[in-house]
Amino acid sequence: MASENIALMAHLMRRAGFGATREELETRAAKGYEATVEELLNPESQDGSDRLEFFRYHPGYRRPITSPGMGSAAWLHDLVSTGRVLEEKMVLFWHHVFATGTGKVDHYHELIIQIDMFREKGMGDYRELLLALAKNPAMIFWLDNCDNHSYAVNENWGRELLELFSMGVGNYTEDDVRECSRAFTGWTLSPMIPRQAYGRFDWEFEFQEEDHDDGEKTFLGHTGNLDGNDIIDIVCSQPATANFVARHLYNFFVADEPQVPSWQDTPPNDPEAVDMLAKAFVDSNYDMRSVLRVLFMSDFFKNARFAKIKSPAEVVVGTLRMVGGYEFPVPGIGERSKQAGYMGQDLLNPPSVEGWHTGVEWINSGSLMKRINFCADMVGDVSRPGIQSIVGRIREKGALGPEQLVDTCLDLMGPMEVIPENRQLLVDHATEFGQLRWETEQDVSNSSEKIGELLQLVVSLREYLYA
Amino acid sequence: MTSNKKDPVLVVLQLSGGNDYLNTVIPYTDSGYWDARPGVHIPEGDIIDLDGRLGLHPSMGVINGMYGQGNVAIVHGIGYANSIRSHFRSMDIWHTCEPDRVGTEGWLGLAARDIDPHKENVVTTVSIGPSMFRAVSLPGVPVACVDSLDSYGLLTGISDTQRRSTILDRFTQMYSPAIGTDLAMEYLGETGLEAMAGADILKAAPQMYSSSVEYGDTMVARKLKDIAQIHLANLGTRIFYCDYGSFDSHANQLGMHANLWTDVNRAVGDFFADLKEHDAADNVVMLLFSEFGRRVRDNGSGTDHGSAGVAFVIGDRVKGGQYGEYPSTKAEDLEQGDLVPSLDFRGFYSTVLEDWLGLDAKPIVKGTFEKPAFL
Repeated sequence: MASENIALMAHLMRRAGFGATREELETRAAKGYEATVEELLNPESQDGSDRLEFFRYHPGYRRPITSPGMGSAAWLHDLVSTGRVLEEKMVLFWHHVFATGTGKVDHYHELIIQIDMFREKGMGDYRELLLALAKNPAMIFWLDNCDNHSYAVNENWGRELLELFSMGVGNYTEDDVRECSRAFTGWTLSPMIPRQAYGRFDWEFEFQEEDHDDGEKTFLGHTGNLDGNDIIDIVCSQPATANFVARHLYNFFVADEPQVPSWQDTPPNDPEAVDMLAKAFVDSNYDMRSVLRVLFMSDFFKNARFAKIKSPAEVVVGTLRMVGGYEFPVPGIGERSKQAGYMGQDLLNPPSVEGWHTGVEWINSGSLMKRINFCADMVGDVSRPGIQSIVGRIREKGALGPEQLVDTCLDLMGPMEVIPENRQLLVDHATEFGQLRWETEQDVSNSSEKIGELLQLVVSLREYLYA
Repeated sequence: MTSNKKDPVLVVLQLSGGNDYLNTVIPYTDSGYWDARPGVHIPEGDIIDLDGRLGLHPSMGVINGMYGQGNVAIVHGIGYANSIRSHFRSMDIWHTCEPDRVGTEGWLGLAARDIDPHKENVVTTVSIGPSMFRAVSLPGVPVACVDSLDSYGLLTGISDTQRRSTILDRFTQMYSPAIGTDLAMEYLGETGLEAMAGADILKAAPQMYSSSVEYGDTMVARKLKDIAQIHLANLGTRIFYCDYGSFDSHANQLGMHANLWTDVNRAVGDFFADLKEHDAADNVVMLLFSEFGRRVRDNGSGTDHGSAGVAFVIGDRVKGGQYGEYPSTKAEDLEQGDLVPSLDFRGFYSTVLEDWLGLDAKPIVKGTFEKPAFL
């Protein structure tokens, strides 16, 4: 019974956060599931990450240059060290949906400002978030709204706002894209000084009235002198928008859905769940916190254990949190912040504005190797505090047979559920170890190494790819 | 059994983001070009003339040289009817040959299944880059997805070779088929085993490689160099796929587009020079394409998403020249301001599939289309 509570809490913390140590799971399970959900939904009660402390130790990552891993280093530190895990998970969620990349923006500092905006507004009013997004300089540059003029309309932002950020393909016409884009003319950034040879300037949102097309527009059946605020109000009043956001939440927090471009033609795997989330979204007047409460308290969520393949960001952050010692900004941040990219998810540099393809598409022979190699290298280092803690718990159990040793490892690494064939393989491997001994220092070192090796096999399992 | 006949090899270099056709193969004698491109045009004196009517972007000197030797086919006006202006949807259509429904089977995944139906070689297809392209993806067809050839391998952190070998044996067993697992678990199992097998084979390639060609320090050069190394190692790879970009030039197009083509031009030249040095170029054909061309009229500093584009086919065995018609730039002939495609990309694929890879194109491209005769 106690272990069922732990298993459910572990599920919640993998999804609403980035996993938790056994010590944390036990504390949370004692408080209860609903109390934990409320605590996650009200991050103010927890400590966030200390960005200034990070910069004190890694000043080169403040206003970083455009080079792999540089931009996401400060954010990785937030992801690994924050106590406000759901708040940070929502930042990752919005980065998936509103994917903006340095490949074009070439200005990490502005991207980090966008990420910080997601932290500030990501659990609040979705309408406010969209408005802040429309005024976010990195987004304006990414989708060329700074080149959207009353005399020469650039449709990039107008189209993606509808296609990828709110309603989804098939719910508007090409004329709507045009009119939407007209409404955002003059929403630009300043200063527009070329980077060469002056360096990077800080960008500010600027509304240039003289460049705004204030003629009559017709958008989704509404006619008038519409501007960007009106467009966002109209977009938010569309049932398609509630459904689209709900499906994104389901795909991110509950279970893998087909890829976004097929949503127009492929119904959700669990239409009732998506409807329930969409309804909560509308009923709460687009309050993300209310939708998340419904989600985490639902049966469909609680029953969706191991129904999602972990994203590379979840793998890296979850592993660093599990092995421990990275809450403080220790050296090596540059290499750590490149790891998710090696596995196919370079944070702040999505392949396109569509973001990343998720689910089984995270996995191919190359990315699988990168993922397993990273996890195996981390858990194989038995000096890490998180691994020491696992070793300590195993040692406390006294003399364990190979089966008990394997079951204890699987329990402490999840609790994980594995197919009988794979459990047997682990047992075969543990049998070769012989009895673990703890009498001398050499015994402790040997036994720890063996446990580390067993953990390396556990993180190589197919089952470990799932959250 | 050995054979002197070399199997045909296909290399695809995808120009991601929508390459601007009008500034790549420039209709500089057409007043429509100058009228539509007040801000985003190539100065006439810089254009590399092809035939007194059309010219190449000034950054494409090496490709022009290969064209002069008869080794480059320029395929005009390529696209599909009712072109979609979304990058992702359009790229999906190019990858799956499914313009009317969302397809999941890649055209080269289907080709690879026909080439190697019994999965005798897990490196029949090699995809270069951090993530696999849908064009080569088909359930049950192995693809070696190589981010960087130099560091390819599983559990490379375990330094004790005997322990590593024991653990890799266990790994192989852990990823073997098991009863009662679902499709995703089966896919993951197959992928794990292919990763093991592919790594064993591919680790030979860099060790065998030596060349006098010095590639540039660009991503596209690194990718083509990896492809050259694998090809030269004779591992039986028939399909290579990689991309470069982004060509999505909504703003500040002129400098950006020139840089991209400078990189591609040099890398393609170095790649073929490398293969020629090893007498391994004559069975390789390279395709370059983009998911769409760009709008005819510029937006002041760039161009928006358009429709018809251009493809290039390069190799010793290519019948060089120009194929198809350059679509009209006249205002009355445009569709929503875009060039109307004059050739369906599925016909272009059909030429490659039938007249190069020797496969039946119809089930792969799902129909019969006009085939330009560049092979």
